[in-house]
Amino acid sequence: MAEKTIEIEVLRYHPEKDREPHRQVFEVPFTDDMSVLQGVQYIKDYLDGSLSFRWSCRMAICGSCGMMINGIPSLSCQTFLRDYYPARVRVEALSHFPIERDLVISMDGFIEKLESIQPYIIPKEPRTLEQGEYLQTPEQLDAYEQFSSCINCLLCYAACPQFGLNPDFVGPAAIALLHRYNVDSRDGAKAERMELVNSEEGVFNCTAVGYCSEVCPKHVDPANAVNQNKTNSAADYFLRFLAPKGGAK
Amino acid sequence: MSKRRPYVRSMDGWWRKNPYFVEYMIHEGTALFVAAYAGILLTGLLRLAQGEAAWNAWLSALQNPWYICFHLLALAALTYHTYTWFKIMPRTMPPVIVGGQRLSAWAITGSGLAVATAACFGLLAVVWGMAR
Ligand code: SF4
Ligand code: FES
Repeated sequence: MAEKTIEIEVLRYHPEKDREPHRQVFEVPFTDDMSVLQGVQYIKDYLDGSLSFRWSCRMAICGSCGMMINGIPSLSCQTFLRDYYPARVRVEALSHFPIERDLVISMDGFIEKLESIQPYIIPKEPRTLEQGEYLQTPEQLDAYEQFSSCINCLLCYAACPQFGLNPDFVGPAAIALLHRYNVDSRDGAKAERMELVNSEEGVFNCTAVGYCSEVCPKHVDPANAVNQNKTNSAADYFLRFLAPKGGAK
Repeated sequence: MSKRRPYVRSMDGWWRKNPYFVEYMIHEGTALFVAAYAGILLTGLLRLAQGEAAWNAWLSALQNPWYICFHLLALAALTYHTYTWFKIMPRTMPPVIVGGQRLSAWAITGSGLAVATAACFGLLAVVWGMAR
């Protein structure tokens, strides 16, 4: 019996020779247990070694294999060719990010944003080792747990037209992580982070499209973090008229 | 020298590229009907202030089949707008804890829609009662 094959169309871009990206179709042997990532790995191993893409864990936890698959931001290790077979599958680098090479995007902007939100606990009250660990109730854990599941895969940015239109927007994942620390009972740096929430690059770039939460593979619901912080930001704004000196800026 | 030359794709026609965005544009678009309807009601108020003749003229203008068509269209658009508004409501608020459990998204959307429907029919009943 002839081997089954599937066509994978890849958006290629090599900065040293291409002026702009172009499509290239590859024919890949198909089995029904193959992920899209395995499909592009086959291309690299057997058809064209110059194809570039990121991956590592192939089990939906490292967050590096995000691609547009038939126009939908997806983890390619978690998306299966059988769901498209026998039709052709289109893969492209994540939308809204500059293409570095083929399916590899430039993450520079995101890394800067991630740094800017101070994604670590800045203790409310520093404790010495002798004082022991910080204790938290299950309710206090529940307040932030979902937002701590983010794997920085950036699918949510590829789903956010407002980020596409204004790349300076801090964006869904970074705000979800910002929120994760702000609502952690051990943290004391909310006032500092609120400056970013309230800023020109902050939450009011969001128009509640909601697609970010739809595509998130880890059920972080970044749209919820962003929209809760619109309320927080408004409260911050009005409360500063009431607060004596030293209120939120 | 760096070989980097990141390519930025155009955002032209972004909302046509994904059915989710098309739906987003449609539900945002229904807000125009909300604005138009507010305009009609404000005109009515203005006519009322101008006296009985102006008011009656406005009322009879509303009998025009085109106007009635518009009202039906606006009703459909506003109903859809209300539905989508409550559908995204759970995404916009802090978790609601009832009896130690988070209220599900559908419970929030459902209660919102129920309250909106009750308020509409309540208002309708009041106005109906006054007009009789
Ligand atoms: S919020 Fe979800 S979609 Fe966005 S980077 Fe984190 S895990 Fe990925
Ligand atoms: S390879 Fe790690 S998330 Fe897909």
